[in-house]
Amino acid sequence: MSESATAARAPGSRKRTDTASRRTDRAPGQRSLAASPGTWLVWAGIAAFFIFLFGILISVFVDSVGKSWFTTWLPLEYTTDWYGESWERFELAHVIGVTLIVSFSVVAISILIGVPASYVLARRDFPFKRVVTALFLLPVLIPPITFGIPLATVMYNFGLGRSLIAVILVNLVPSVPFVIITMTPFIEQINPTIENAARMCGAGMRHVFVRILGPLLVPGILAAAILVLVRTVGMFELTFLVSGPGSDTLVVAIYRAMTSAGGAEPRPLVSSMAVMYTVMMLVILIIALRFVNPTQLVARVRDSDDD
Amino acid sequence: MGITATKFGALELVNVGRSFGGQAALADLSLTIEAGEFIALLGPSGCGKSTALNCLAGLLPLTHGQVLIDGKRVDVLPAEKRDFGMVFQNYALFPHLSVHKNVAFGLQMRGVPRDEVNKRVTEALMLVKLDAHAKKLPGQLSGGQQQRVAIARAIVLEPRLVLMDEPLSNLDAKLRIEMRSEIRRLHQTLGLTTIYVTHDQEEALSLADRLVVLRDGHVQQIGTPQELHDSPANWHVADFMGYRNLLDVAVDVVNDTTATVSGGGMSLVGTRVGSVAPGESARVAIRPHDLIVGTSATGPNAISGTVIASEYQGREFALEVETDHGQRLHVTAETAPAAGSAVTVTVAPERVLVYPESLTGHGAALAPLPVGAGAS
Amino acid sequence: MSATLEKPADTAAKRSTASLSHRLAERGIDARLWMLLPALVFIVALFIYPFAYGIGLTVQPLDRTVDAWGGGIFANYVQFFNDPFIFDSIWLTMRLALPAALFNVLVSIPLAFKLRGKFRGKRLMSTLLVLPITLGTVLTAQGLLIFAGRQGWLNRFLLDMNLIDQPLQLVNNYLGVMFSLIISGFPFAFLLVSSYLSGIDPSLEAAAKTLGANWRQRFIRVTLPLLAPGLATTFILTFVLAFSVFPSARLVGDPGGSTRVMALMAYRAFGEQQNYSMASTIAIVMGVVELLVIAIVLLGRSFLYKGSTGGKG
Repeated sequence: MSESATAARAPGSRKRTDTASRRTDRAPGQRSLAASPGTWLVWAGIAAFFIFLFGILISVFVDSVGKSWFTTWLPLEYTTDWYGESWERFELAHVIGVTLIVSFSVVAISILIGVPASYVLARRDFPFKRVVTALFLLPVLIPPITFGIPLATVMYNFGLGRSLIAVILVNLVPSVPFVIITMTPFIEQINPTIENAARMCGAGMRHVFVRILGPLLVPGILAAAILVLVRTVGMFELTFLVSGPGSDTLVVAIYRAMTSAGGAEPRPLVSSMAVMYTVMMLVILIIALRFVNPTQLVARVRDSDDD
Repeated sequence: MGITATKFGALELVNVGRSFGGQAALADLSLTIEAGEFIALLGPSGCGKSTALNCLAGLLPLTHGQVLIDGKRVDVLPAEKRDFGMVFQNYALFPHLSVHKNVAFGLQMRGVPRDEVNKRVTEALMLVKLDAHAKKLPGQLSGGQQQRVAIARAIVLEPRLVLMDEPLSNLDAKLRIEMRSEIRRLHQTLGLTTIYVTHDQEEALSLADRLVVLRDGHVQQIGTPQELHDSPANWHVADFMGYRNLLDVAVDVVNDTTATVSGGGMSLVGTRVGSVAPGESARVAIRPHDLIVGTSATGPNAISGTVIASEYQGREFALEVETDHGQRLHVTAETAPAAGSAVTVTVAPERVLVYPESLTGHGAALAPLPVGAGAS
Repeated sequence: MSATLEKPADTAAKRSTASLSHRLAERGIDARLWMLLPALVFIVALFIYPFAYGIGLTVQPLDRTVDAWGGGIFANYVQFFNDPFIFDSIWLTMRLALPAALFNVLVSIPLAFKLRGKFRGKRLMSTLLVLPITLGTVLTAQGLLIFAGRQGWLNRFLLDMNLIDQPLQLVNNYLGVMFSLIISGFPFAFLLVSSYLSGIDPSLEAAAKTLGANWRQRFIRVTLPLLAPGLATTFILTFVLAFSVFPSARLVGDPGGSTRVMALMAYRAFGEQQNYSMASTIAIVMGVVELLVIAIVLLGRSFLYKGSTGGKG
């Protein structure tokens, strides 16, 4: 294992020194010394990344509880007033309510529409299957703005602009394909003979779905649901195009506060909203990690693209 | 005994076939199965035996023919309405249900009252000796135990017909022989009617009352184990039945039942199977056991050669003998001459089977032999 | 005893008993296909139709566009390709998205290699890396403004260490957007690359080792060819993320100048100028440009993958 660990150390850091590596008389120390700059570089990169990440998180938090923070390392005074003020000013109770309603509706609808479709895609071969698969892949590959603008125009034409329904509908566009993309490989890995076995036991189609497939699909559905939830809560572009006062989600509300005409709102107000947003996301994330392995969080996407 | 098979008179397959995209996965399978019979469908992978089983089960639609039970068509019924039990190669147990619930599933689908379900499941699990594991999930069982659960799940329904799709192929050799006798025992004690798919000729011979040998979707021969073993209908069946020496020869003389052939520097007198004519090429099949090693080169079918390899196989030796003209023969012997020693092998003319070279015109035309000629 | 061929007359008639539904089922058309219908209706109503509608809109320019740029029904396109303020946004978008996606993928490779296998705190690290995915671009922007702004901790630290004389301009420009793209895109790329890497059977590398390949040869001739399709996919997905950058370009960028990306231009036409046809034009061109890049990467991927199988075998 140590050999391959050495191999893993930043390729490129050791240029040509290894062309004669079959000669085993090289001192082991030389090897690790030669590799160490690469290792250091990797760790330095990780460190820099985390410095930025935590710098961002902590400074937003400090900002949200500070007063008169201008030219000093830390604010001169601390207060929690910003939370109360932003809660009142931006009607955050309503905004968070909207966010939750939109997110859970999107999750429920996209699961209901997406799972049966992924079952068919996983199990069946039918004419134009490739076309249909490509069709489901497109909304994930095309930038949200590209289909978002025509979609928003259609929404306004139908008089749905700035309504909750419009926000839910536009968010479904990437979510349903996302569920299909995640669920299809999941269903494929369930052995189809299990369904045959159930049928041979006398189970009709309904019973096969309710008693056998349903329970087996629960982990996959849960994972897909959480991913869609995270994506929808964080979805800015599409929501922003169709939402208005009364149907803004939290991200959009923060964006509007940051860019409102006539100069932005006081920075700590925005920061306090951002902290609330982060806490909400963290709660979802903590729940999510109980069900989904972080590497799996994005891993399933691959199968979609490779088929 | 609480579990008994549902009785019926006869199950008929009439010209059953399935073709897909012009390719016949199965063609013209006609067979009548009596209640209580054990039928094995035998053939190499891709021969259509699993297709036949799945068609019978209703998991694949038929494109030709009918399946009748006591004169009533069942091929129009969906799989779940046919009242057949099926055991799958990979067990196909419901991974989220306990052993007990797996076995109970079919009964619940039929709306059997709860007490009755419990009683019959317990009974079925006792039959397969798994009553101690009822609460476990399939993942906690060994392969052999899982296969027993699958069998219990199939037989608890008291099905008219039990279909088994290579049920032992995922087990190791020792377990396979154990489960083989277990399946035979259940078949006999419960009076089941069983159709069993396998590619293992030994398994088929030891289990079945009758065998159906398939090749490329076409029936090659239907018969009892003895019939197939002693007189294969064509060289393909012979090959499958352990006639390891297949020699390409030319026919010299044809008599009433015998034929004299020559090839590879040998001249052999054999039994004619199928129509061969002088001057035609033919194929000769000889089992390694029928070749007898001696030292004197006398008699009609004596071949001299050299031992080039020997392999100990428990009670006997498998020898590879090269004839003076370079033809290699597989021979089974009680003793092993040293490699390089000269030997003479002889074979009785009735154990030299002479087949026409082509396989067409055979098999499908063969009418099935009468039922009940023998049980293994 | 019954003989099977007792009904020879029947068999000829039963040559093909397959009903139409059977024959359709053979082609995969049966009742279960209905389950695809809701998703299909959905995608047609909310994706295909609006998209087609949007394409239709692009050839219905506003009068003022026609007056200013000419070109009849193609006035929007004429303006797009002739108005440097709009046309340059393609280049500005590419200048952000391509380096960001490339950086994210390339840096992920050694990191994923390094972090392969088990070590203490791996789960914590993976969890921390997922964090930015949930932060979202808006929050990242707010944080960057505070942390990397003129008065922020980063500049303050560098000033105090006497590494710089003047605060660095890290936000409200190209650099700010790049930071934002890396912070939100890198963890995504890293997790994808790691999962691809973990999908490669370690015994392949062990086999190569027993055949006498050093780490370089193993990497180039075994691991990289197997990883290449995954890297291409990762690049595409990170590129898609970076390409549609919008909030960060507006919030931590220089929206009038160096980060005047296509998404921003499209939104301006849509939300501020109410010029829906121009907005659709920019949006559609944006999609076309992006799909072109994806197509090039996919072509390269198939080339790479084919070219490498020989070395693998």
